[in-house]
Amino acid sequence: MTDESTSTSNGLPVSSTVLRKLHDRFGAALLSVHARAGDETANVRRETIADVLSFLKTDAELAFELLVDITAVDWFPREPRFEVVYHLLSLSTRRRIRIKTDVPSDDPRLASATPLWGVANWLEREVWDMFGIRFDGHPDLRRILMYEEFEGHPLRKDYPIRKRQPLLEPRIDVHGNI
Amino acid sequence: MALNALPPNVALTKVDAAIGWARSWSLFVYPFVTACCGMEYMSLASAHYDLDRFGAALPRFSPRQADLLMVVGTVNHKLSPVLRRVYDQMTEPKWVMAFGVCTVSGGFYDNYSVVQGIDTIIPVDIHVPGCPPRPEMILDGLMKLQEKIRASKQEL
Amino acid sequence: MATSEHDSEFRTEDMLLNMGPTHPAMHGIVRLILQLEGETVKRAEAEIGYLHRAFEKHCETGTWTQAFPYTDRLNYVSPLINNFGYAAAVEKLIGIKIPERAEYIRVIMSEISRITDHLTCIGATAMELGAMTAFLYLMKAREWLWQLIADVTGGRVTVSYGRIGGVKADLPINFDEQCRRALKDVAKAITEVDKLLTRNRIFVDRIRDIGRISTEDAISYGFTGPVLRACGVDYDVRKAFPYHVYDRLDFDIPIGQTGDTYDRYLVRMEEMNQSARIIEQCLQQIPGGFDRQHPAGVRLTPASVLSETQLGGHIEEYSETFMELPPTLRGSERQRRPGILADDPTVVLPAKEETYANIEGLINHFKIIMPGPGHGIRVPAGEAYMAVEGGNGELGFYVVSDGGSGPYRVHCRGPCFMLMSGLHKMLEGGQIADIIAVFGSINMIGGELER
Repeated sequence: MTDESTSTSNGLPVSSTVLRKLHDRFGAALLSVHARAGDETANVRRETIADVLSFLKTDAELAFELLVDITAVDWFPREPRFEVVYHLLSLSTRRRIRIKTDVPSDDPRLASATPLWGVANWLEREVWDMFGIRFDGHPDLRRILMYEEFEGHPLRKDYPIRKRQPLLEPRIDVHGNI
Repeated sequence: MALNALPPNVALTKVDAAIGWARSWSLFVYPFVTACCGMEYMSLASAHYDLDRFGAALPRFSPRQADLLMVVGTVNHKLSPVLRRVYDQMTEPKWVMAFGVCTVSGGFYDNYSVVQGIDTIIPVDIHVPGCPPRPEMILDGLMKLQEKIRASKQEL
Repeated sequence: MATSEHDSEFRTEDMLLNMGPTHPAMHGIVRLILQLEGETVKRAEAEIGYLHRAFEKHCETGTWTQAFPYTDRLNYVSPLINNFGYAAAVEKLIGIKIPERAEYIRVIMSEISRITDHLTCIGATAMELGAMTAFLYLMKAREWLWQLIADVTGGRVTVSYGRIGGVKADLPINFDEQCRRALKDVAKAITEVDKLLTRNRIFVDRIRDIGRISTEDAISYGFTGPVLRACGVDYDVRKAFPYHVYDRLDFDIPIGQTGDTYDRYLVRMEEMNQSARIIEQCLQQIPGGFDRQHPAGVRLTPASVLSETQLGGHIEEYSETFMELPPTLRGSERQRRPGILADDPTVVLPAKEETYANIEGLINHFKIIMPGPGHGIRVPAGEAYMAVEGGNGELGFYVVSDGGSGPYRVHCRGPCFMLMSGLHKMLEGGQIADIIAVFGSINMIGGELER
């Protein structure tokens, strides 16, 4: 488990402008924050993710122009099962932040970040392909790394690593051997 | 005229040997390059470990014009129909070299996405393991393939 | 619109062309689906996934150190940068600091890898545009660097040289002379290619004003590295978030102006010169210098004798012995260890002399090597993201641990993925022949794109 993080009711690391502004703006939607290993991280409520990302991008002081990465972690069998992780970078102020949000396995949906950043298109397709988390508002959510005939989502913890789904049958030579 | 009175520019041989000699020294390579082994292929084709001295310098990127299919680097299940199609489009005589351990047996990528050896898809004439193999190893493999070509019955 | 302005005379349709997975200029395998009107590209879409090798899933199945061979094969033209990026991410999570000499070694090897990356990129692009000579010269230069890397790490392409806590082995004797000689030869080859290409009318006409992308689009698509710097944005992870010893070194970041392919080529050429500059400073500043010969006058005992002696109980006599190690372990002897690996027995393997000569070393080795719960490198539960400057931009590793013997989740943020997602912006409106130039300039590496 990742968290023994400081919850907002206990107070935030005072030196962090970003986390304080997030707390001031979003308050109860901010479930927990921490800055372990030097990375500022905030865990937000699932419904607010689009607003949080939009705020971080458009706010003049924070200005997180670059979406570095979107990925997910599967915490099977814990519920909520998935944790979708966004890394953002501010080129002008040289800051980084990580935003996480929990997604349950019975309703694996999340709002898409494609209106904000162009790269979110492919990043969300990869999360869909590997984990099976749908992004509402994505223009074209289909597999990107695996082929369409593949069934299942490989990076989930309950997908065995060796389970192959070949597209071609292995060939048989004249002696009947593969 | 006695046989030992032949002029020096005349040789006697069998048709198979002559054609085999010609085919082995003029291989047109289709480098089906996918991954890290491609770096060693580029080294091989360059000045230090010259592939040209084996007559195999010119890559032909059309399967119809190539006779040696060098599968260089990992083949995964998404790519396997493409490999099969390229192999099928090549005209006889054709040979296949499995370059690198990913093509020989899947390498250490024993997972949901990698083909465990391309000989499950296409027939392979010579397997050259290594991750990636040194250029000298590939040249050794190429020389063994040349011996195999020379020793086989040549279809006309 | 689907028809051209000649609609009144001819009924025209756009053509759908597939630049298929195996294509000489597709650097490995990417499929481009192009909608063409004549020679002009109206829409382009890239389909990837033809080299997906489950890097992230494999990392979850092994121990922390077993992930290193998989990281080599991510960006296989600069494998050392990936190794060190992953190691740095785990070290950040654990919270240990590696010795200064190891940091200098990592910087030297990273910069050599960066030079090989740019040599491969420019060489391959030049070859695809017809400049075969440039390719041969740059491959020749790359061979010299690979021989240098092979002397240090044992391998040419895939090396697994990084370890959590430092590097695997120290630099060989007379490394600075070899390195300077190799860099001098490489600089000569780069100058020759510069003279052949940079002001060459044909080359410049083919790549100037081609594949232009605006700065806003570049940032929106998450570009970093030479492509973003060619657009004029001054972002380099080595300067923005310095790691290892980059804050002590004096180097410049080349910035372009227009964001087209020619600027990217110039940025890469200049970055190679800057990397050579960094290496020269490291060779001068590295603590501990370089050995000129193997330590003389020292009793070397083979490992087999040492183990036999231990059975007889004569351990004290051999506590100060320098062991003669087999060639694969040279450079990691006990007297070199403090320079190359951190001094933390829960993270770093003990020296072979300790492992063979006394029981504490053996137990320490056993606890780190064996898989399973309770063993392995001790990494606290948590997560960390560490970014290093790869050949194509910000190479990030997001590592999640649950306290077990191996990683819980490793995610690699490969810069090529972002570049490919924005590729269609660079191709649309151009001609088919421009695709070759643009695609070569972004240096797509399949391993990093699809992990």
